[in-house]
Amino acid sequence: MPEYEPVLLRRVGRPNSQSIDTYRADGGYRALEKAVAQLTPEQVVDQVKASGLRGRGGAGFPTGLKWTFLPKNHPGPIYLAVNGDESEPCTFNNRVLLEEDPHQFLEGVILAAYATRAWVAYIYLRYEYGRCYRTLEKAVAEAYAQGLLGRDILGKGFHLDVHLARGAGAYICGEETGLLESLEGKRAWPRVKPPFPAVEGAFRKPTVVNNIETLACVTHIIDRGVDWFKSMGVPPDPKNPRDPGSYGPKLYNISGHVNKPGTVELPLGVTVRELIDKYGGGVWKGRKAKGAIPGGISMGIMTEAEFDTPLDFNGPGKVGCLGLGTGAVTVFDEQTSIADVLYNITRFFSHESCGQCTPCREGTGWMMKMADRIRRGDGRLEDLKILEEIGNAIGIMPGTTICGLADGAGWPVKNAIKKFRPEFESLIRAGTKSTSLQLVSAH
Amino acid sequence: MATVHVNGQAVDIGTEKLNLIEAADRGGVFIPHYCWHPALTVVASCRMCLVEVGDTQPDGSVKMQPRVVPACQTPAKDGTVVVTNSERAKYAQAQTLESLLINHPLDCPVCDKAGECQLQDYTHKFGRAESRMIDEKFAPPNKPNIGAQIELFTDRCIMCTRCVRFTREISGTAELLVNHRGEHAEIDIFPGQPCDNKLAGNVVDLCPVGALCSKDFLYKQRVWYLKSHDSVCADCSTGCSVHVDENKDILYRLRPRENPLAQGHFMCDEGRFGFHYVNSKERILRPQLRRDGKLIPATWEDVLPALRRDIAQAVKQDGSAVVAVLSPFLTCEEGYLLARYFKSLSGEVRLALGPVPTVGEDDTYPKDRHGKPVEPVKFTIRAEKCPNRRGVEEVLRHFQGEVIGFDDVVRLSGEGRLKAVYAAAGYPPRPGGWVSAEQAAALAKTPLLVVQDILPSPASALAKYVVPAVSFAEKEGTFVNHAGLAQGLRRAVKPPAECHTDGQVFLDLMERRGLVHAPTIRAELARDVPFFAPLASGTIDALGVMLK
Repeated sequence: MPEYEPVLLRRVGRPNSQSIDTYRADGGYRALEKAVAQLTPEQVVDQVKASGLRGRGGAGFPTGLKWTFLPKNHPGPIYLAVNGDESEPCTFNNRVLLEEDPHQFLEGVILAAYATRAWVAYIYLRYEYGRCYRTLEKAVAEAYAQGLLGRDILGKGFHLDVHLARGAGAYICGEETGLLESLEGKRAWPRVKPPFPAVEGAFRKPTVVNNIETLACVTHIIDRGVDWFKSMGVPPDPKNPRDPGSYGPKLYNISGHVNKPGTVELPLGVTVRELIDKYGGGVWKGRKAKGAIPGGISMGIMTEAEFDTPLDFNGPGKVGCLGLGTGAVTVFDEQTSIADVLYNITRFFSHESCGQCTPCREGTGWMMKMADRIRRGDGRLEDLKILEEIGNAIGIMPGTTICGLADGAGWPVKNAIKKFRPEFESLIRAGTKSTSLQLVSAH
Repeated sequence: MATVHVNGQAVDIGTEKLNLIEAADRGGVFIPHYCWHPALTVVASCRMCLVEVGDTQPDGSVKMQPRVVPACQTPAKDGTVVVTNSERAKYAQAQTLESLLINHPLDCPVCDKAGECQLQDYTHKFGRAESRMIDEKFAPPNKPNIGAQIELFTDRCIMCTRCVRFTREISGTAELLVNHRGEHAEIDIFPGQPCDNKLAGNVVDLCPVGALCSKDFLYKQRVWYLKSHDSVCADCSTGCSVHVDENKDILYRLRPRENPLAQGHFMCDEGRFGFHYVNSKERILRPQLRRDGKLIPATWEDVLPALRRDIAQAVKQDGSAVVAVLSPFLTCEEGYLLARYFKSLSGEVRLALGPVPTVGEDDTYPKDRHGKPVEPVKFTIRAEKCPNRRGVEEVLRHFQGEVIGFDDVVRLSGEGRLKAVYAAAGYPPRPGGWVSAEQAAALAKTPLLVVQDILPSPASALAKYVVPAVSFAEKEGTFVNHAGLAQGLRRAVKPPAECHTDGQVFLDLMERRGLVHAPTIRAELARDVPFFAPLASGTIDALGVMLK
């Protein structure tokens, strides 16, 4: 494959890349001017639909299709909620986009609002993203000053107000209805669906919820065209009629036991091995990898043997992972005990389960207790059976919870047990105590 | 017409909008649930009501959903197929119960709820025999002061959030909240703002487990010793349907009984905790008569003939100077008997309505956070603090066409124009009492003052005869609430040994033989007084009968 020229990250590292002037000098807001002048909102939706853009937040739902779910001829208001609660462990691609090039994203927000006829856009940022917040605050002020936000944008009679909202530090706020609850000032307990946000979302009005990277892609789809976007990525799998394909560029985060952690932009479909060896500088300290998490820990675990799996929306599913997720690859080397990995994962979900649905609230806690016991050398073989059973039984896929947090909590557990069972069994039989540092208790 | 198939059995639900729990219930299939309550919003979070659901396709085949779904959140439509007893549904329910017990302390032997706990019942019916959890349980400390009447046993909570939703949706006062996250989530209050609204006691009934307990009832009785009787709360003119729980003739608690015609699902704390006078040691326990200026205890055999004689004598002197006061705490039947007795002595005898205790304005819920009432009203505590003004008034209207007020009686008595006053009071002890010292002094100017009451009052201290009355829990009869709903009162406890029920006393005064039997007298009342005609059969079912 020829060397890929980044698009979303093209301005990263340039001097003063956050300012509207440099952004405009680099061709910024060209797409917005073009859309507002030449395209109707329906045409913008059609273009995004035709591009095959899928949500970058984790679930990979087609963005254009999502926009069409809004009620037709709604008297308004319609809201656009932007999900910047990037809380999946080891995921930081939104952060790069916001800190380095906020206007590229903001242009996507305005385009999306134009397409969906939203009057107000709420940008929900996780609490920890203070610098993003400040950068974005400045960018929004600049956009208002230049008439790109507010009343009568570009003289075309279309209005948009942007409000920034900050979370209070809960993973669950990244779930779209949890985010809307938090936005409304309530406890972020995900809502029962239906009604879906497109029908009844923020403040009980139709709402579109999109990810930051998704909206940054929208800017370039309008600017460079559908064909450019579809020129990269993976076409639909003919054997899978429900696969709309994985097109466009994607930001991949590489972290964990690699020599050069960071963010790279590549067309969808790069393999884990290529990411680690070519872009991550290989596994650290000359060791071999034991496994990796393909896209945030809720997507499950891949063994080293599965590293040739392409990271598109379909690929990780073929090796038993949940999906592409956020495209954040975390590598752990061969010296890492799988018991420690499992404990770290279960501890995270136990801490972040919102506490609403019984199976998730209690199941995540129980899994953590068992994982902790295994790590301390007091595990029982039947714990593995129970862990696997809980991993299979919690989530929206079996139907036992309201939101997908539990699917994400169960998936890495059942992956770990299935793929590393011999190691678990030998650890348990030998009563091996973990030698790694005890994680600070979160509670 | 919609037909739902519940475990293979067709259930016709008509055109009603039901969820699957309700629809299955119509078919006699119980779907276990915690967080769902008919009066509260659906959150579908406890995941106890998981069932398998499918739809009948146009070609008659059934397409089942690939996952279990919560029945509370799924509307019943024509052709909906519900399966509650498949392996998958049973596994999901057992799994939820196992999860609920992971951090539950299982302290049933010392838990007040044991015996009526849904966690016990469901685990027995739908759960696993043993827990597979061997790790330490999370045990947050109890919150004994979450409300003046409520204690929270935090570790027993299963996070159904019914209590939280109740304070937000029904009382509107929103004191309760969920704090923390995940398995550490717990019910809490804002610091210094306890759950003390006038409907707070309902959260104890709503709690499916022993987390929220009523301090009033805590550790008083094991619930399996209690016997429950359907009755009506006597504390305001809403007339909430209640369960009266007693053991060995001691009243232990009142609980609301669902009645869409009366109050809905709940009751207020005034009524809930206001029954203790029934067990009071201060009660008037036997008839007394005044001899040598002193009230002395007497037997019914002495008192009744003397009373009959004195009243007859007073009527003979001047029938219009004899007044019977009927309190709004009398049942319709008692009012009817007493009115008949006096009117049979002379048509000139006057019947008056006893004092109608009124406190402030009708208090409606929900409130907003400033304490202002919000529409739509979901619960009303009425200003009129008596259960049966309407019923007694209708009896009075029938017998004399008009209703004489208590103030007129006091005035006439104070002017010395009365020969006899029979005050059938039966008031519960409430601030201020039903009669003031001045009013009592005025009444005492009447030579023959008879006071029939539950507890001593300024009037009973001055009366010539004091006759014990019994409370709502000790008698049978009919109360008519503010809206004209006639509800049957059933005897829950026996009155103290020497107390006769009010109705029995009136029968004895009439020299009518036999024991008082409410249905018989109710049928007589319905025959004589047209307002009560719908009660002609003498029986009233659990929800009551609307009179208009």
